[in-house]
Amino acid sequence: MVFLSYVLAVAGALLGVALLVISRFDPPLFAGLRMAAASITAPVSTGAAAVGRGIWSIPEAVSTHFFVRQENVQLRQAVKRNEALVLRARSIAYENRRLRTLLALRDREARTVVAARLVSSTASSGRRFALLDAGRFQGVRPGMPVRGPLGLIGRVVETGPAVARVLLLSDPNSIVPVRRARDGLPAIAVGRGDGRVDLRSVTLANARFSVGDLFVTTGTGGIYPPNVPVARVQVAGADSVAAEPLAPADTLDVALVLAPFLPVPPPSRPEVPPIGGGTTP
Amino acid sequence: MSGIEYRPFARTLPPGRARALPWATVIGGSAVTAWPAVASIPLMPPFGLLMLLTWRLLAPFALRPWAAAPLGLIDDLVSGQPLGSAGLLWSLCFLGIDLIEQRLGMRDFWQDWTIATGAIAATLLAGRLFAVPVGMVVDGAALAQIAIAVALFPASARFVAWLDRKRGQPQ
Repeated sequence: MVFLSYVLAVAGALLGVALLVISRFDPPLFAGLRMAAASITAPVSTGAAAVGRGIWSIPEAVSTHFFVRQENVQLRQAVKRNEALVLRARSIAYENRRLRTLLALRDREARTVVAARLVSSTASSGRRFALLDAGRFQGVRPGMPVRGPLGLIGRVVETGPAVARVLLLSDPNSIVPVRRARDGLPAIAVGRGDGRVDLRSVTLANARFSVGDLFVTTGTGGIYPPNVPVARVQVAGADSVAAEPLAPADTLDVALVLAPFLPVPPPSRPEVPPIGGGTTP
Repeated sequence: MSGIEYRPFARTLPPGRARALPWATVIGGSAVTAWPAVASIPLMPPFGLLMLLTWRLLAPFALRPWAAAPLGLIDDLVSGQPLGSAGLLWSLCFLGIDLIEQRLGMRDFWQDWTIATGAIAATLLAGRLFAVPVGMVVDGAALAQIAIAVALFPASARFVAWLDRKRGQPQ
């Protein structure tokens, strides 16, 4: 009996090895199992997150009450300062629209699929995944980009009926093509696993990054829509620097799931004749 | 937990529930990742592993040697690690502790803590080796996470000892 249980223990370890090897290929069955587990935990997280937001809103409301007068004065001054700027921007926007029609450019709008909330994350693993409380029933599909009000959060990798797993920007396996907002310097944003991303220049050798440089998505690859803010450089440097993502991935704010910018075409049917000379239906 | 805690004639749990209790606490520990916060740095200690090691070291017969694999697979489902990672590593922890147990007849708490430290560090680092690119396996976050998990072992030992006393001995 004792011997049998040790045989089982070793068999369990070997099963772990086998599953690890299969995990390399990321079979859909594993995603299904994970999503089934997430479907159980996500409602609990959603409820607890709602309570947390409720508690958090109390100090926020108090501070808002006290600072609202001062803020009002500041805002009035800002409005006055910005009036001239707005007028100029309006005329520029009009001109832009006119020129675009002349060029017959067709703009694709990033369509929002659903607004949901991130409810929990893999806080004990080196991978950075978060759970979103919306899934296939809400129209969320793997590959869809997720953004917050301030910038990009990541993209959906697995979906369940009412829950989806989001690969965050800071995951070591996440790569986003970006460009500098100021001059269009191309780069890629690779996750570091510690909440930040590495910005790596892709074309020029000795590309300089300075503190505060803002990087936005390019739209290359067709997943992420262009011009979504991604990260801001923290330390000046060349070729590869650390940057802080603009959208803090937390449970307090909403996350917008967007339709893929240019959806991948469905795989074409293979042209290989079936083995054994059977006829295709 | 104050005053006289040893009550030999207190009613214990029925055997079925007494056997299920260690499993339930380990699964509950794994499910702590459902905590509603999106962490940017992975600092949360692996509560499932902590519970598993504590049960194994404090109450050796509470979990059978083969229990580590299914519990590890459940942990993989919610932890974000590739499936099979904890299934393998937790089983190896159990087998390793068995080997140590054969050589050390009696252990005191400090030896338990040392064994748990080794098991936690090895499991977390190997888990990161499976999950992330090699350059990021040993970094500040990983070491901090190991330190937090190791520091929580006495608390977890206290909790498991309390549960084990409530549980009584299954017949």
